[in-house]
Amino acid sequence: MAGLMAGFGHYTHAIVRGIPASLAGEALRSSQSEVDIAGARREHDAYVEVLRTRLQLEVVELPADESLPDCVFVEDAAVVCGDTALVTRPGAESRRREKEAMSGALKDLNLNIVEMTDENATLDGGDVLFTGREFFVGLSKRTNQRGAEILADAFKDYAVSTVPVQQGLHLKSFCSMGGPGLIVIGSSEPAQKALKIMQQMSDHRYDKLTVPDDLAANCIYMNLPDKGHVLLHCTAEEFPESTKVFEKLKDYTLIPVSNMEKVKVDGALTCCSLLINKKGNN
Amino acid sequence: MTTEVGSETEVKEKAEESAAQPDQSEKATEETQEVASAEGDEKEKEKEKEKEGKGISRYLPTWLKKQKSQSQTSPTKEVPPTEEASNTVEQEEEGPAPEVNGHAEEVEEKEAVKSEQVKEQEIESHSNASADTEPAKEEKADESAEKSPEETKETTEGEVAEEEKKEQEGEVQGEGEEGQTSIFQSPLRLVRKTKMKLVVCHVSLLDGTDFTCEVEKRAKGQYLFFKVCEHLNLLEKDYFGLTYKDSHEQKCWLDPTKEIKRQIRSNNWQFSFNVKFYPPDPSLLTEDITRYLLCLQLREDVASGRLPCSFVTHALLGSYTLQAEFGDYEPDQPRPLDNIGQLIFAPNQNKEMEEKIFELHKSHRGMTPAQADAQFLENAKKLSMYGVDLHHAKDSEGVDIMLGVCANGLLVYKDRLRINRFAWPKILKISYKRNNFYIKIRPGETEQFESTVGFKLQNHRSAKKLWKVCVENHSFFRLNAPEPPTKARFLTLGSKFRYSGRTQAQTRVASSLIDRPAPNFERTSSKRISRSLDGAPMISITEAGRDTAENGRELHLELHSDSKSPLRVHGDNIYVRHSNLMLEDHDKTQDEVLKHQASISQLKRSFMEAPPPSPPQLNQWEKRLTSSPATAIRIQQQQVSLEEEIASVLLSRHSCTGFYSAADALCSTPELTLDAALTTRSTTTALSATEVNMPDVEAAAADSSISDTKEPAKTAEVEIEETVVVEEVSKATKPGFVTVTTSSPAVPTTDQETREQEVKVEEKVVVTQEAKAVKQESVSSESESEEEAEYHPNVPVSISHTQILEEKEEEEEEQVDKQEDKTTEQDTPEVSSTPAEITQPAEETSRAVEESEAVNKNAEEKEGEKEAEESTDDPITTTNEAPNGFSPTEEAVSGLATHAEVEDEPKMNGQASLVEAEPRPQVICCSEPPVVKTEMVTISDTFAAQKTEIATKEVPIVHTETKTITYEAAQLDGNGDGEPGVLMTAQTITSESLCTTTTTHITKTLKGGLSETRIEKRIVITGDCDIDHDQALAQAIKEAKEQHPDMSVTRVVVHKETELAEEED
Repeated sequence: MAGLMAGFGHYTHAIVRGIPASLAGEALRSSQSEVDIAGARREHDAYVEVLRTRLQLEVVELPADESLPDCVFVEDAAVVCGDTALVTRPGAESRRREKEAMSGALKDLNLNIVEMTDENATLDGGDVLFTGREFFVGLSKRTNQRGAEILADAFKDYAVSTVPVQQGLHLKSFCSMGGPGLIVIGSSEPAQKALKIMQQMSDHRYDKLTVPDDLAANCIYMNLPDKGHVLLHCTAEEFPESTKVFEKLKDYTLIPVSNMEKVKVDGALTCCSLLINKKGNN
Repeated sequence: MTTEVGSETEVKEKAEESAAQPDQSEKATEETQEVASAEGDEKEKEKEKEKEGKGISRYLPTWLKKQKSQSQTSPTKEVPPTEEASNTVEQEEEGPAPEVNGHAEEVEEKEAVKSEQVKEQEIESHSNASADTEPAKEEKADESAEKSPEETKETTEGEVAEEEKKEQEGEVQGEGEEGQTSIFQSPLRLVRKTKMKLVVCHVSLLDGTDFTCEVEKRAKGQYLFFKVCEHLNLLEKDYFGLTYKDSHEQKCWLDPTKEIKRQIRSNNWQFSFNVKFYPPDPSLLTEDITRYLLCLQLREDVASGRLPCSFVTHALLGSYTLQAEFGDYEPDQPRPLDNIGQLIFAPNQNKEMEEKIFELHKSHRGMTPAQADAQFLENAKKLSMYGVDLHHAKDSEGVDIMLGVCANGLLVYKDRLRINRFAWPKILKISYKRNNFYIKIRPGETEQFESTVGFKLQNHRSAKKLWKVCVENHSFFRLNAPEPPTKARFLTLGSKFRYSGRTQAQTRVASSLIDRPAPNFERTSSKRISRSLDGAPMISITEAGRDTAENGRELHLELHSDSKSPLRVHGDNIYVRHSNLMLEDHDKTQDEVLKHQASISQLKRSFMEAPPPSPPQLNQWEKRLTSSPATAIRIQQQQVSLEEEIASVLLSRHSCTGFYSAADALCSTPELTLDAALTTRSTTTALSATEVNMPDVEAAAADSSISDTKEPAKTAEVEIEETVVVEEVSKATKPGFVTVTTSSPAVPTTDQETREQEVKVEEKVVVTQEAKAVKQESVSSESESEEEAEYHPNVPVSISHTQILEEKEEEEEEQVDKQEDKTTEQDTPEVSSTPAEITQPAEETSRAVEESEAVNKNAEEKEGEKEAEESTDDPITTTNEAPNGFSPTEEAVSGLATHAEVEDEPKMNGQASLVEAEPRPQVICCSEPPVVKTEMVTISDTFAAQKTEIATKEVPIVHTETKTITYEAAQLDGNGDGEPGVLMTAQTITSESLCTTTTTHITKTLKGGLSETRIEKRIVITGDCDIDHDQALAQAIKEAKEQHPDMSVTRVVVHKETELAEEED
């Protein structure tokens, strides 16, 4: 049975998707850059491998779709909390069809599917930060108020607060959860400002872990039965200073994961998987 | 306390009556009679009143009410409702009798009062003040009069006598008062004595049943509420309340302190019993029955959609409901299934959900009803809308939003999204004006000034309703004790409404003292669903208990309450109240004031009702009129066993260690010289005017005014005696009284504001030995206006002013007046209150040493200088007090003082500048350990050097062990030039045994183009149990680092003080 807010970070399944060749040329990006598609695929394979082998998650791998260059970033296509999945309406027109495969996969997992059908609503999962107690939704280029409202409606148990995203693509482009009640945040001014807003809006207290690099603040926290606290974070190659910060975390299983290529198309660590907890849900 | 109250009310009645005269010519004759009778025959008086009440009742609302209060104290409780009617008359007469001490004194008091009244009357004749205002004045006068006699007696009688009184009163008052002893300082007036008319009230209970009872037509809300609680066998009643529907079909909370009839304004005596304050952690409730009732409310909230939740949560909550009501899932027993259709779990309940509910129900096998309820609550409390009271509004741009009031503060929603949140600590002031609702926000770390956020409500009614809910929620969840009920002495604009019940902290303590066996109660299932015998094993159990409960209920309860009252007292005293409420008027012109007068007359009633015997704030106006304002300060002190100042990070100048310094006013104010009459008030005024805006400050000012008045004197005309009564209540039921009498030659002076008065205050403090006193000072008077009101929700810690003194001067006059109005809520601008300063000997403890400054920030440099000068003055005041025993005030007081630290800012050029930081009167309590008599006078100033005077003389010295440890990082430099900084935050967190106060002081310095910001945090932890210093220090540093990641900690000073001393005296 599903108690509210039970077991934050507890996941059993992960949905991932392959990288289409079109990603190199057509995927959306905020700055011009050349993507080494082979390198990206290697990275992604390694990432999936960590989820599957090292973390023992049940990985559902959706095939890449060449017509959807950004489809690897499955996080944006749906928001899952408890046994409810909200299939989003991504802010980028070119990504709207990503939901089809996603919906199917979610249904297969027996989740209650909520579709975002409102034509005026847009929401990217990358703008949704779930802290275990509440949601923060970044209002960004990709996510609007209406999208946030629909999310609030889908997850009625939780408070949903909006946070303006002034820099970066998504809210989670500079922050993520690093543990129960621990927000990992970049040190840029917009990031800090967003954090302040989140703190102000919340009835709960959060600790924060500030890392020098905004992008490094995107990491994946899990709390797995036999592994305890697990954190997938950037590698020292990419962000040496930030990595040092993560290394100070105690009682964590730290897993550096390379993300050099995908980051060129604004893909962060959390973007590449959709984590689901089926255990405990009937 | 109670005794005093009782007597006061009577006196007041008289006073009021006389006061009323001018207003109502019709009554003149009667009144005169009354006056005559007033001296001796209470009975006669009452009879007269009765007559009046019947005939002219509407004109005499105020005193009618008072009468009620008197008579009711005893009758209500003991006499069953039906009997009451017949008994009422007798009771009325007898009413006073029960309170032996109190009533006996009354006569004397009355005489005293009379004389006072005479004076007042004279004064009144001079004044142009409206009739409406008069009653208020008189009240004050009465108070003073009353108090002095009482005090003397008390002192003579000694603690014992007092204790006895209290006990007696407690008993006498019995159940009715139970809930509120501490809260309502005056006896409850539940029923109106004279009227025998009974009205039938219908109360829908949470289980869907109706409760019908008869109450007297003039009964107060409280009476009915207690009846209902009694019926429900509910002891933890503070979370609940009664609602009624107003003429616009809006649900409103029935104010317990007011007559029901006046609230419902219709003949529809229909109410419903509801949860008013949703406990954030229901597991902390003591009794299962309370949790059960909360569950019932939540089931309804959930089913109606008021408390939104997801499908899964609906199912989960529903399953717990089934378990609680029907017990284990029985596969072969289809009953629940059949019935489930009748049970509504969700607004959009469907088959799927029901299936899910059953599925989950199966998993709860073996869970008792109480456990199921507990689980239900554990899940419900996590819902984001749990306990959030939504109000429709529009933002400044006209966009529809919802304002949600909850335990933590005010939430702003747009559709379902939370778009903003204002935690209580962030809110400096809550006010409404017409259909606008405003909150003043504490400046953020980077901002210099506070901002005000306004919302438009649908109409004035809804604005007021929202405001009230905010005031109540803030008080309940954030204060340790309710604001001292303000006395209704003036009529002013602005609602005087305050939360009058117990706070959560108090109720927790009270409920921890519940020692009855868990009451049996009947669950809804047995009522709603008739089950065949085989079907309901669970129910039979509950029902068994029921009978007993029914039979014994009344008696049972009564016993309880009786026995409890003493306990309660005890419990109440344990807390420290730390926040201030101030009422302010919005800028009102005289015209506006006049406009309001019409409505004021209405409000009058409510004023009169105001139970609290808290000391009024004096202002010149009042003095003029009454000539004898009395101020009473009640100090309940507690024992704080340990006070520790843990750390000041960065520069620590320490101002005080204490509890809520704010709470008590230990202010030493230098003399204020204001050219304007405003002088004293200036404190308050000045602050508010300047927008210093720390409510605390204002509050503080208020307090200060209470204790002594110092006014620069130019023309002193009348001498006023101020009496400060410091009451000590020991937790243990045996209260000792500390009486402080201040006689201040006050200058009543003329109407002109420009006058300067000098009030010399002599304070005599008589302290009875018990050292723990809780000090309550109630300074401000409140009046209720329909139009607007303000509330300052903060916990006063220290005050910072951003303003420059000079500005103040100029503005002061105007502002002062306004302010005063606000603070005192008087209509008349003329009022210049005497800002008294209280110099309290604070704990002289070592802490004083540090320059504290937290408080002073406000003061500008200049002020600092002056302060130094003034400080000298201060000592004097202190001295006066000290000799008498203020000193004994203990840490609690001192603690309070600490923050407050009174820093008055002296006025620079003779102008008044005052900043005071004291919070208003507050009740502080702590458990007192060894009594420490400490006085701390901390003058904290940035310019510490200048102010050095601490008045420790005569103050008993506290034996404390003090340790100061300083950790310094490489220091930046000694910028300690005392640049006035900005007080960023002041936060106090209290638990039962520990009190933590954090004061943040930010100083920005511009040096050669580089701006440097230093943040100083002072954290004071006070408690009566051991504190893990290292941990606390580590925590403090950690937090500081977290909050300001980009800054470094340069210095940490730990100042630890442990009391070694024992009581003295």
